[in-house]
Amino acid sequence: MHNKSVAELSRELESGKISSVELTQQFLDRLKQEDGKYNSFITVCEDQALADAKAADDMRAAGRATPWTGVPFAHKDIFCTNGTRTTCGSKMLENFVPPYDATVAEKFKAAGAVCLGKTNMDEFAMGSSNESSHFGAVTNPWGLSSGQKRVPGGSSGGSAAAVAARLVPAATGTDTGGSIRQPAALCGISGLKPTYGRVSRYGMIAFASSLDQGGTMARTAEDNALMLNVMAGFDPRDSTSIDREVPDYTATLDQSLKGMKIGLPREYFSDQLSPAMAEQVRNAISEYEKQGAIVQEVSLPNAKLAIAAYYVIAPAEASANLSRFDGVRYGYRCEDPKDLMDMYTRTRAEGFGNEVKRRILVGTYALSHGYYDAYYLQAQKVRRLIQQDFINAFKDVDVLMSPVTPSPAFAQGEKTTDPVAMYLEDVFTIAINLAGLPAMSVPAGFVDGLPVGLQIIGDHFSEARLLNAAHQFQQATDWHLREPK
Amino acid sequence: MSISREDIEKVAVLARIKVDDEQVSALEKDLGNILDLVDQLGAADTDSVAPMAHPLDAVQRLRADEVTETDQRAGFQAIAPATEKGLYLVPKVIE
Repeated sequence: MHNKSVAELSRELESGKISSVELTQQFLDRLKQEDGKYNSFITVCEDQALADAKAADDMRAAGRATPWTGVPFAHKDIFCTNGTRTTCGSKMLENFVPPYDATVAEKFKAAGAVCLGKTNMDEFAMGSSNESSHFGAVTNPWGLSSGQKRVPGGSSGGSAAAVAARLVPAATGTDTGGSIRQPAALCGISGLKPTYGRVSRYGMIAFASSLDQGGTMARTAEDNALMLNVMAGFDPRDSTSIDREVPDYTATLDQSLKGMKIGLPREYFSDQLSPAMAEQVRNAISEYEKQGAIVQEVSLPNAKLAIAAYYVIAPAEASANLSRFDGVRYGYRCEDPKDLMDMYTRTRAEGFGNEVKRRILVGTYALSHGYYDAYYLQAQKVRRLIQQDFINAFKDVDVLMSPVTPSPAFAQGEKTTDPVAMYLEDVFTIAINLAGLPAMSVPAGFVDGLPVGLQIIGDHFSEARLLNAAHQFQQATDWHLREPK
Repeated sequence: MSISREDIEKVAVLARIKVDDEQVSALEKDLGNILDLVDQLGAADTDSVAPMAHPLDAVQRLRADEVTETDQRAGFQAIAPATEKGLYLVPKVIE
C-alpha cells in the first residue's frame, strides 16, 4: 500500500478493499519502523490518527466521503494543529500546543484526511538543507545506500523525505524562497508552490509574510492537484488571501500540450549549472517538444539580483514577525530572568538557533535608521524589476522551464559553516517568490544516482496549467515513480 | 560592506538578542558576507521604479467593525510561561 498514490489509495478506500483504520495502522507501523533512518517527523500523532481514521470510516459509511476521506498524510510542523504540538523546528516552540487550527489543517480535517504527524523542517523555515532544525537534521532517502548521508533540501525537508521514503503519500509544505521546490527536487518528488495569496496563511507560522505560501508535496502531479483542491481558496482570516474562484485542478490534467509555448530563461542555464544537470533538464524539455510544445529562449535580465533582494526583504520581514517571541504569551522563557530586558534577550538568545538569529540581526540592521532606503526600499524596487521581467516573458510564452537547483543533493555538513553558500542553493527558485508566481518541481532524471528536478513556472493563478504540464510529462516518463534503494 | 562590532552590538540590543564577545566575532564575518551579497542591489537603476510591497499590489481589506471573536482567554493563557488571575506575569518593571 505504501507505494500507492493518494488517488490510488482513495480508490482502494472507495471500493471497500481496505478501511481507513487498517490503512492508517499500516502507515503508522511503517513510519515507526523506518523513520529512524531519516528523522523526517518531529511528532507522530498515533492515537489522534487512529481516531481520525475511525471517524473517516464512519464518514464514508454515511455517504459523505471526499477523495481525501481516510487517506493518510502529514503536515509540515509549521501549520498550527489544535491540541497537537507545533514546533516550527525551534526550541522556542518545543512545547507549544496551539489552541487553534491553521486554515489548511482545518480544510484537510473537513475533507476527512488522516494526519499521521508533523514533519521536520529548518527552524522557522530558514534553511535549504533541513540542518537548522532544533530536532536534528533530516537525511535524504536517496544516496543512503552509498553510505553518504545527504541533505533532503529545505526548509520542507521532512515532508520531502517522508514522501520519497513512502512514509506518507503526501505532505504539506511552505515555500518562501524555494522551500517546497528545492527539497522536492533533491528528494525526487513533485511539489507545487502556488500563487501568493492562493492558499491561506492563517495559522501558518510566519517567516516573511509577503513571500510565504503554503503548498503541496506528493509523488505525482495528480496528487498535487488533489491536495491543492483542498488547500486553495479565499480566507477572510488571512489579510493577503485573494478572493478568486478555485477551479477543479484535476479536471484539466489530461489536456494536450500541443502548441504550448515554453520559454527557457537564458539566465537559468548559466555557468552555475553543471553540464550533467543541464543535460537532464534539456532531455526533459525535449519530451515536451515531442508532445507538441514549442520552445524558445527568453531573458530575465534582473534575475541575477533576486538573491540580493530576497536576503534584504525576507530577513527584514522575519525580524518583525519573530519579535512576537518574547517569552510572555507562549513558547520558551529563560530561567530566572533578573529583569524584563534580561528576560527578552536571554529568552531569544537561548530559544533561537544561529541561522534564525543571523537573519533577525540582518533584518533589524536593514530596517534601522540610516540604512532603510539603501537596503529595504532599494530591495523592494528591485523586486518590481524582477517581477516585470516575468510579466514581459509571459507575453510571449505560456510557461517557463528551468532547473530547480544548481546541483543534486549535497552531503550533510557541506554548507553549514558558510551561510552565503547555502543561500546560493536557491538561485533558481527565489525570483519566483519575489514575483508571487506559482511554480512546480517535477522529477526529471538523475545525476550520480541522485534526483534532478525540472522547474515549471507559470503566470499568476496558472496552477492548473502547471499541473497539466507536469501530469502529461509523468504520463510519458517514470522518474516520479523511482524508489530510493 | 563590512559591519563593525559596535554596529552588531547595537543591532543585537534593538533585536533583543543577547550576544557574547565570541558570537560577535562570528557575526562580524557572517553578517559581513551577507551584506557583501546584498550590496549588489546598489548597482541596479531604480530611479523611476515604485517599491513593491505585495506581489499582486493588493491593499489591506477592511471588514465591518463588529465583534466576531469569542472569549478564549483561558485557552490562550494555558500555554503561557506564567500567569496569575488571568494576567500574564513578567519580571517586575517598576520598583
